[in-house]
Parts: sequence; C-alpha cells; structure tokens
Amino acid sequence: MSPPQATGARAALAIGGLLVFLLALPFAADLLDVPATTSLVTRMLIYAIAAASLNLVLGFGGMISFGHAAFYGIGGYAVGILFQHARLSEPLFGMMLGTEQFLIAMPVAIVLGGLAALVIGALALRTTGVQFIMITLAFAQMLYFLFVSLKYYGGDDGLVVRRRNVLFGLDMRDAKTFYFVVLALAAAYFAFIWRIAGSRFGMVLGAIRQNDRRVAAIGIGVYRYKLAAFVLAGMGAGLAGGLWANYARFVSPDMMHWTKSGELMVMVILGGAGTLFGPLFGAAGLITLETVLSAWTERWQFFLGPILILIILFFRGGLSGLVALFSGRNR
Amino acid sequence: MKAPLLRIDGLVKRFGGLTATDCLSLDVAEGEVHALIGPNGAGKTTVINQLTGELHPDGGRILLDGTDIVGLPVHARVRMGLARTFQIVQLMGSYTALEHVALAVQANAGHSFRFIGDARADERLTGPAREILSRFGLATRADRPVAALSHGERKQLELAVALAMKPRLLLLDEPMAGLGAAESAQMVELLQSLKGQFALLLVEHDMDAVFSLADRISVLVGGRAIASGSVAEIQADPAVRIAYLGEGDA
Repeated sequence: MSPPQATGARAALAIGGLLVFLLALPFAADLLDVPATTSLVTRMLIYAIAAASLNLVLGFGGMISFGHAAFYGIGGYAVGILFQHARLSEPLFGMMLGTEQFLIAMPVAIVLGGLAALVIGALALRTTGVQFIMITLAFAQMLYFLFVSLKYYGGDDGLVVRRRNVLFGLDMRDAKTFYFVVLALAAAYFAFIWRIAGSRFGMVLGAIRQNDRRVAAIGIGVYRYKLAAFVLAGMGAGLAGGLWANYARFVSPDMMHWTKSGELMVMVILGGAGTLFGPLFGAAGLITLETVLSAWTERWQFFLGPILILIILFFRGGLSGLVALFSGRNR
Repeated sequence: MKAPLLRIDGLVKRFGGLTATDCLSLDVAEGEVHALIGPNGAGKTTVINQLTGELHPDGGRILLDGTDIVGLPVHARVRMGLARTFQIVQLMGSYTALEHVALAVQANAGHSFRFIGDARADERLTGPAREILSRFGLATRADRPVAALSHGERKQLELAVALAMKPRLLLLDEPMAGLGAAESAQMVELLQSLKGQFALLLVEHDMDAVFSLADRISVLVGGRAIASGSVAEIQADPAVRIAYLGEGDA
C-alpha cells in the first residue's frame, strides 16, 4: 500500500485536472468549432448527478433500487409544473405558487425527490434482495402511469417548459452559461458524496452493504440508515431531474419509465459501482457510445449491448477500474 | 439476593414439529461466566439467536436487568449492553481491523447521522479502537483489511469489536471453533483476562476451555437444561456424563 498522503496528493491532482478540463471545455469546443460539445457534456453532467445519486444506494449501500428514475422524473415535473403555473398565472393548490425562479424551483425539485424517496423507501426497505428490486420498480411504474394520466400536465405527451428558469441576471439560454451552472452543481454534488463516503454515516453505509447482520450486532439500526441514504439519493435524483427539465425544456413521463432507471443503473455499473467518479465516467461513457453509435447506424443499440458486456466482463470495477489500471502503471 | 443481569424464563422456540428450545430457564449474574454446553443440535445457537433478537421465541420471557427485551430489535438490545460474537465470523471484507473496531466505538458514541467529517481521521474513534486492538495483540494488523487476516485473528477481532461496545453481557458463540491448539490457549488466556469486567454467556465445545473459564455450567440437551451447576457438580453429574460427556470421560 502506498502512503495515504501520496495517494491523497495524486487524487487531488487528478481531480484538479478533471476540473480544469471541464472548466476549459466550452471554450475549447468553440475554438475547435464543435460548439455542440458543450451541450453534450451538459447532458453528461446531469446524468452524472443522477447516476451518482443512484450510486449512493446501489454502490455504497448495496441496495439495488430499480426505480430511481421516479425521483428523477419528480424533480423534472416539479420544475415543469411550477413553470406552467407561473406562465399561465394559474393557482397551484389554491395559491399562486408557480415560479420560474431557479433558486425556488430547484430546491422544490430536490425536496420533492427526497420526500418521494422517503415514502417509497420507508415501504420498500422493509424488503431485501429481489423483492426490493421489484417493489422499487413497481413504485416507479406507478408514478409513471400517474403522470401519463395527468392530462392537465400533458399526459404522455409531456410538458413543454418554454423558458429555462431565471437565475440572477444570467442568460440561461446561453449554452455556455447553463453549462457552468450545471457544472457548479455537479461539482458540489460530487464533493458532497465524497464527504459522505468517508463520514461516520458513510462507514455505516459501507458496512451495511457488506454485512448488515454484523452492523445490527454492533448496535446500529440498519433500516434507518438505509432509509436516510435512500432519501439523500432521491434528493440527488430530484436535482438532476430539475436540471434536465431546464436543459431539455421539456418533461415527460418517460423520465420515470423503468428503462430510464435501467439506464441509470447501467451508468453506475459501467462506471464502477461504489466509486466516487464511477457515475461520471459511466454517464460520459454511455452517452458517448450512444452518440457515436447512433451517428453511425440506426441499430446502434444492437452494438451497444455487446460493448457494455465486454467492458463489464473484462474490467472489474467498470471504467473506474480501467482508469485505476492506467494510473496505477505510472506510479 | 440481587436480581440476575439476564434471566431467561420458560423460553420456547419451535421449528415446525421440532422444539428447539423447550421451556428453558436460566440466568446469568453480573460479572459471571456462565457456560452453555451440549451436544450438536442441542439448540445452543438457537438460544443465542433468541437472546440477540435474530429469532423470535414462541413463548417465555427474556429479562435483561429486569426489562423484558423479547419485543426489541437486535440493535436496541445491543444498545442495552447485550453484545455477541458469531460462531462463523461476521465481518466486512473490505474494512480494516481498525475500521471494524472504530465502527463499534462509533455506534457506542451515539447516532451516526454525521455526513461531513472524515471518520477515518477521527481520533475519538481511532484512538480507543487502536488501544483495544493493541490489547488484543492486533496493533500490527490494524490497517489490514480483514480479508488478509488469519482465521484466529478474525476470531480475536470479533471479540475486540464486542469489547469496544462496552457490553454488560457478552454472548460468545463458540469462540474457539476452528482455532488451533496454540490459538485456543491464547483465546482462553484473553477471556481469562476479561473475566469480571462483564458477564459472559459462553457456548463452547472445547471442554478444557469451558472448565477453566466457567463459574457455572448449564447442560442443554434437546432444547432443555438437564443440569446446571458449578464445574465440579457438572463433572460429577451422572445424567450429564451419560448424555454428553461420555461415560468415564471428562
């Protein structure tokens, strides 16, 4: 084992490098005359937040939640519905509650994501294993069909968010400005996850993943810690969903569909479950593959599958394992 | 006489047609080492699991310091001072020895809803944890993941984790199982040194260990206590000799 200071310095250097790269990216994209890259990477960052939130329960806590898109969709609809009521000046819950303020709509998205996770988690976490997978899936599908049936909010056609939320005097329509807003939030969320992973709470969560019987025998009530992680994850997904609603200026029940939950799971596993940057690599990797393959052929999913299988088979720990492999060589 | 720390009163557990615990009553006094012996399948681990809360009894009471704990979940009983070790070690493969003990110290210090501070760098956790590990001669192993420890070291670590929880009553489920002769002797010595700090309910097959450690022995056969008494009394009891120790042996 290398001394902790050395690995700490190496990690700090790598993270600093990544941050500089992401900060310079929109400018480099302009210089290289590929401005669409900025928007593409914005999408990656939003998915990275969603995947990182799922990673908190799936990777760190070992809870295989197959309904994470529910919270992502709720975050999206929070922004969409608030916007619609603000635009039409229609009362929501009998009050003038609509808003297009980013600083109001986003916290609402986060809190509603967390509340939904609290309710679903409180019930689902009474089970484990396959039952837990199925129950989370069932709850997410229930929400999916609920929003399909809400004709007032577009039903299965979805809801158009005409303008992005207002944040101070920023020009949110500008791809670069919006990119930096998303980048700031993504950086903050990853920093938050990093702190959590090493905290007392994180130690309990990691122990639960490995041996919940032992954790109970130490005198720790497993259920409430799992639930807390589930709620934190729901809040992260709500954040990502709210950002997506702003990014795409459109929300639809598809945000909560089980295939979206699956997509988030693939990102986590592809990137390396239980690693800090795995979800970022996974989101970037999956979106890159989709983009490249779909530009090449219409049947891109046919080729995506085998590639994912190969990566997961041959690189333990997914893309994070791959990165560690390369950085380990020049130690 | 002072009320015992643990009192098991008419405990019954059935698995289908099998009565694994058959109206069992026994008690453990403060600071006492009470050994529970019996042939394989006598229901010793079943008793332990009912005491810890992993199994729910079909009848009877379990009083810890006068409070009936039958309805309480596992972790709540631990918080009341009822710690255990496992027959088959239950550890977290990727955690180091130090992290295991530190987690127990942490659990003992209150809730763990602290999301920001670095637990691995928290002296309030690692300080006491290192101290306990060095008492167990595991100081040099502190930063190794448990996957890299020997079986004997893991057994010792289980005990170190239990100790970090500052129990009032420790349930030891076969602490010698799978240990070599030298390791067993070491474990007996270790337990000897802990005697009196807390009460022990010891389930063990190694009779030499039981006879050298126990203040009192109860013999369990078919889920029922057929005898209970001091080491000398149990060694002399004819029913025990027939049922368990084997005629002419001891």
